[in-house]
Amino acid sequence: MTDATTAIEKPASQMRAIWQQFRTHKGALFGLIVLGTLILAVVLGPFLWVPEKMSVAKAIMLKNQGPSWRFPLGTDQLGRDMLARMLDAGKVSLAVGFVAMMIAIFVGTTIGILAGYFKRLDGPLMRLTDMFLALPLIPLLLVMVMLFRDRIAGLVGPEMGAFLLIVFAIGVTSWMQAARIVRGEVLALKEREYVLAARSIGAIPRRIILRHILPNVVSPVMVAATLGVAEAIITESVLSFLGLGFPPDFPTWGRLLYDGLSYMQIYPERVIWPGVAISLTVLSVNYIGDGLRDALDPRIRGR
Amino acid sequence: MLTFTLRRLLLAIPTLLLISLVIFFLVDLAPGSPASEIPLTVPAEVRMKILEAMGVNEPVYVRYGLWLKQFFYVEPLTGIDAIFGSNYAEGMQRIISYQTRSPVFDIIVQRLPQTLIVIGTAYLVGILIAVPIGIYSAYRQYSIFDQLGTLLAMIGFSVPTFFSGTLLIILFAVGLGWFPTKYDTTLTVTDWDTFWQQVRQMTLPVMTLGLANAASISRYMRSSMLENMGQDYVRTARAKGMSERTVVLKHVLRNSMIPVVTVIALGIPSIFGGAIITENMFGVSGIGSALIGAIHANDLPMVQTLAFIFAILIVLFNLIADVLYGLLDPRIRYD
Repeated sequence: MTDATTAIEKPASQMRAIWQQFRTHKGALFGLIVLGTLILAVVLGPFLWVPEKMSVAKAIMLKNQGPSWRFPLGTDQLGRDMLARMLDAGKVSLAVGFVAMMIAIFVGTTIGILAGYFKRLDGPLMRLTDMFLALPLIPLLLVMVMLFRDRIAGLVGPEMGAFLLIVFAIGVTSWMQAARIVRGEVLALKEREYVLAARSIGAIPRRIILRHILPNVVSPVMVAATLGVAEAIITESVLSFLGLGFPPDFPTWGRLLYDGLSYMQIYPERVIWPGVAISLTVLSVNYIGDGLRDALDPRIRGR
Repeated sequence: MLTFTLRRLLLAIPTLLLISLVIFFLVDLAPGSPASEIPLTVPAEVRMKILEAMGVNEPVYVRYGLWLKQFFYVEPLTGIDAIFGSNYAEGMQRIISYQTRSPVFDIIVQRLPQTLIVIGTAYLVGILIAVPIGIYSAYRQYSIFDQLGTLLAMIGFSVPTFFSGTLLIILFAVGLGWFPTKYDTTLTVTDWDTFWQQVRQMTLPVMTLGLANAASISRYMRSSMLENMGQDYVRTARAKGMSERTVVLKHVLRNSMIPVVTVIALGIPSIFGGAIITENMFGVSGIGSALIGAIHANDLPMVQTLAFIFAILIVLFNLIADVLYGLLDPRIRYD
């Protein structure tokens, strides 16, 4: 009997089906490889590439060097190794992107589910979403960073302060898309029979939402989350580019680009490296989002 | 349609009021109060006088009310005065910038033309590039041209404008020396020579913004065309023996333009936001760079007013997009 069951072909799991579809999207595969490489590089890179310790006087002697075996990406105007700075900056940039996205997705999903499930909350919450959509975001982000930077830096230190402030500011201003998507899904899902069945056996709203509705909104949320990472990285680098992002000793790619701008005419590579890093990250994340959208859509997956 | 427009207009009022409240109080929380800008050597009583003259000693709700009144009542009246030579607004307090001690709206009126010329041209160029690309990509779906277009569009909206702009500067201004790196705001066009100079200095910022816009608009154009290409009326038109040209450029294009036009309308306010970066980079002294300058200088009235103007633009163009959609597509009925 057991032999017979093993003889039956193993049904493809949903994850496998999704992966099969995802693999056919060349751009998405390219994105996954590039993003994976970048993440590996910024996580492992600092352990593999330890810049030599040297005194300030010695470092200044070695400023503005071109690429060499000793400094693969050259040195900056203070004699700091650019490769080590790029790796450090990448870690912060990617961390900002992911954490800001998580905040945005958490807020967006919560608001979307509440608005979709509870009719009473729908009106006010959606008006709130509309209002946030009408806010001029870049000016407001700039104002927020400008105003609260020093105050938060006083509380938790300049580095952590800048990180928390920027991540929070980006998170609370980019949840609206996710909220709208989730609300739409929930509105349709809660009319389904299985939700009715759950309610008929006396399940409380919290349980219906967490056990029955939430798992079914995961796929659109995942697509929104992927694209949210790209958006957050761009927003952070815009802030840094305008001089209102991270401090220079705690750089991100956007900050490195901003620092490189003053030397753009003599050392254009100092702008190009961080710019290419940002663009590659965003491009690969966008491609992954594209591939995920196709892979998670059962209507497309079947074909 | 009219009732819909009116209802939306009425609904926009509370939204805008709420937004103005958010903007005003967020900016007003600023720790860098105007008092910190006054040198410490100024005696205490003089300092009080200065603060009083600036009107920052009042409680916050009084200042908010005053600002609203100035924004919606005094400034429009001043505008009417300036156009018709009347004097309704005489003696009324206008919104004064902390930086320049001149009315905020005077600065905006001075700076707006620069923004509109550069950004407007960029948007127009973007649309003019995007529409043909979108049409052809859809007509020859999965051809080499289409795949190249898809790739370029993906790159176009992944590369942030501050990087593509910098690359253009390095390539065309520093490397080849074809265009100036900075935009000269004082240039006035009087003859062919200065006109040519204006065109040259506008090229880089217009390219930077135009390409970024073209990337997203061409995608919308393509998908909208694709949606219509498979419709029955297209088959009917072909069956009647119409030329491909007429079918694609008349029947399909007209129907496909409906969503694209609304996307274009929706994009206009975000252009002003995105323009902040481009203006900053090329030294175009439009309202975007005015906003950055005001933020750095702690010029609260200027920041509040500009941010609110951006918000009004967003709400207004959302409304325009909705109305346009209803007007262009007779299948859509809001009432």
